[in-house]
Amino acid sequence: MDFPEALSCPVPILSHDTVQLAHGAGGKLSNEMIDKIFLPRFMNSTLEKMEDQAVLENPGGRIAFSTDTFVVDPIFFPGGDIGDLAINGTVNDIAMSGAIPKYLSVGFILEEGLPFETLHRIVLSMEKAAKLAGVQIVTGDTKVVNRGSCDKLFINTSGFGFVPNGVNISASNLEVGDKILLSGTLADHGMAVMTTREGLSFQSTVESDTAGLNHLVQDMLAVSTNIHALRDPTRGGLATSLNEFSSSSQVGIQLYGDAIPVKENVRGACEILGIDPLYVANEGKLVAIVPPEVADEMLNAMRANEHGKSATIIGEVTDKHPGIVAMQTGLGANRIVDMPVGEQLPRIC
Amino acid sequence: MKYLDEFRDPVVAKKILKEIHSVTIQPWVIMEICGGQTHSIIRNGIDQVLPKDIELVHGPGCPVCVTPLEIIDRAIEIAGRSDVIFTSFGDMLRVPGSHKDLFMVRSEGGDVRTVFSPLESLKIARENPDKEVVFFAVGFETTAPGNAMAVAQAAKEGLTNFSELVSHVLVPPAMEALLSSAANRVQGYLAAGHVCTVMGWDEYDPIAKKYKVPIVITGFEPMDVLDGILHTVKQLEAGTHNVENRYARIVEQGGNQPAQSLIKDVFEIANRKWRGIGEIPASGFKIREKYAAFDAELKFSVGDIHTEEPEACISGVILQGLKKPHDCPAFGKECTPQNPLGATMVSSEGACAAYYKYQRILNE
Repeated sequence: MDFPEALSCPVPILSHDTVQLAHGAGGKLSNEMIDKIFLPRFMNSTLEKMEDQAVLENPGGRIAFSTDTFVVDPIFFPGGDIGDLAINGTVNDIAMSGAIPKYLSVGFILEEGLPFETLHRIVLSMEKAAKLAGVQIVTGDTKVVNRGSCDKLFINTSGFGFVPNGVNISASNLEVGDKILLSGTLADHGMAVMTTREGLSFQSTVESDTAGLNHLVQDMLAVSTNIHALRDPTRGGLATSLNEFSSSSQVGIQLYGDAIPVKENVRGACEILGIDPLYVANEGKLVAIVPPEVADEMLNAMRANEHGKSATIIGEVTDKHPGIVAMQTGLGANRIVDMPVGEQLPRIC
Repeated sequence: MKYLDEFRDPVVAKKILKEIHSVTIQPWVIMEICGGQTHSIIRNGIDQVLPKDIELVHGPGCPVCVTPLEIIDRAIEIAGRSDVIFTSFGDMLRVPGSHKDLFMVRSEGGDVRTVFSPLESLKIARENPDKEVVFFAVGFETTAPGNAMAVAQAAKEGLTNFSELVSHVLVPPAMEALLSSAANRVQGYLAAGHVCTVMGWDEYDPIAKKYKVPIVITGFEPMDVLDGILHTVKQLEAGTHNVENRYARIVEQGGNQPAQSLIKDVFEIANRKWRGIGEIPASGFKIREKYAAFDAELKFSVGDIHTEEPEACISGVILQGLKKPHDCPAFGKECTPQNPLGATMVSSEGACAAYYKYQRILNE
């Protein structure tokens, strides 16, 4: 793996090569780390003031507010790292309300001994992800814990954005006849992390799909504000999101078995580990529930965005089996797609 | 995906299905041995599209399901020791013992790790010479070669901190036990393709002859399963009872010889208890005397274990094909994958879990 950003932006010279407990103690070393690692990458007119809080303009109307904590192991994986994941994760959670994400906070928990080179590389990818999403990091915090008290680093991001007038997106809005749109292939992120963790390699590397989806959502809202429900199917995968929809709205969901796209190498990884892609995490995909009359135009708008190129209609909302997600099999039978219980466990044989 | 999609082609599958409908005249009860086949049948809805006259009953071929409670309790006891790193395939961790499962041992501070191969456990043993590394060696003939290889390799390297807690079971003795039971309803078997990949099929000829049942070696993809059913029904309708290999792209008559000699070197045949069924003579493997140093049961004396099975659970009769998960009053109520009363609700290969996952409400 090469990191062109890191090459073009060398690690700043600090008085230590690795994070010390003193870097979290609020003294000179803390300031050195903030000045050299964080500020140059995240700089904006709010952060620059270095106050204990960010004071922001309120344009009125509704805000969408979300928080998420990132503890992924490994911290670097094909297609991304814990840094862009932390930005995109919160950006997407805000965007799934139809809101335009604006401001983020970032909290770092660093393990004593973490190389600054690693931290710098992660901060660079956070900078890049924030720029792509068009969000500002306006406040932050850093703590350093004893070696062994956390695994390298954990990141929390919180953030908010503004919900445009006339947009009302909710898991309880599904209506019979609605179409279910998926923005692209399933399971890329989860299988990238799992195959890296288990040291499995394939002819072509399985890459995470981590991406900010706020621009895609705005492209969709430009077609029609009449989107009933939106979700980015992260942990628990598409199956979990759809089960949450069907139970919140007390309607049934019928999936067309053949329509769900999964990349060839991701399918291979899933087959080997005995894991169903419907239950695997995605970090750059969304599932939308829209009325049938806007479905085709919405699909075209999604396909015109780089994060929705392989968008497709995967099913519809039905008045049969309320609260249940079902999928047609190749033989014309119908089976339940249930909520997962705990983590997915590779089978014995 | 090459070598997979060909065997999931709905057009061909529907053709085979049509042929099954046209050859079926009388009612038949067919058992698929392997939990992997059960999973495929329920996931693809094969049981929903077969002729009404064909009843599929789900066999005992789910290693998680038949591992006896005593062994699970023993594993939990060993895994809780502070000097032990306990390693296992993933789906054993959620199997309920008498009082807890291995996940709970982990949350209480036990070092319990999921591995994909026993050779990974060997690696952990090499890297942690001050710890005892134990691998939970469960499964049928399919996992036996890998588990045998880990022991042989440990002996070769002189590793003294590796051992296996063995609960290996064998398919043919279980097939015979079911057929000789007074309550038996099974008239034909879909034999487990992967077991035959290792062992070949010579063991099955005497069973087919003695009990007059057709035994068709069957794979796991929808087309494999349908094809296995078709050829079993054809034999049943014709009154023949032969062993037939319908998984020829993988299975050879003699099986995998190097794997078999590895098994023979490390393991010997032993009586084994099957959860829900009871003891079946000569139905499993234990570690041979010469590798006794790698036998976790001998290494860790855990004393007498008093086991308690939940009264409501009927997994034993389900594993014998006498009842279906729907017939259990606890199914989907007290007993769910979140809170399983018996092992058939734990593994995705267990009949109860497969029914719960794919068919719970659509069938009502």
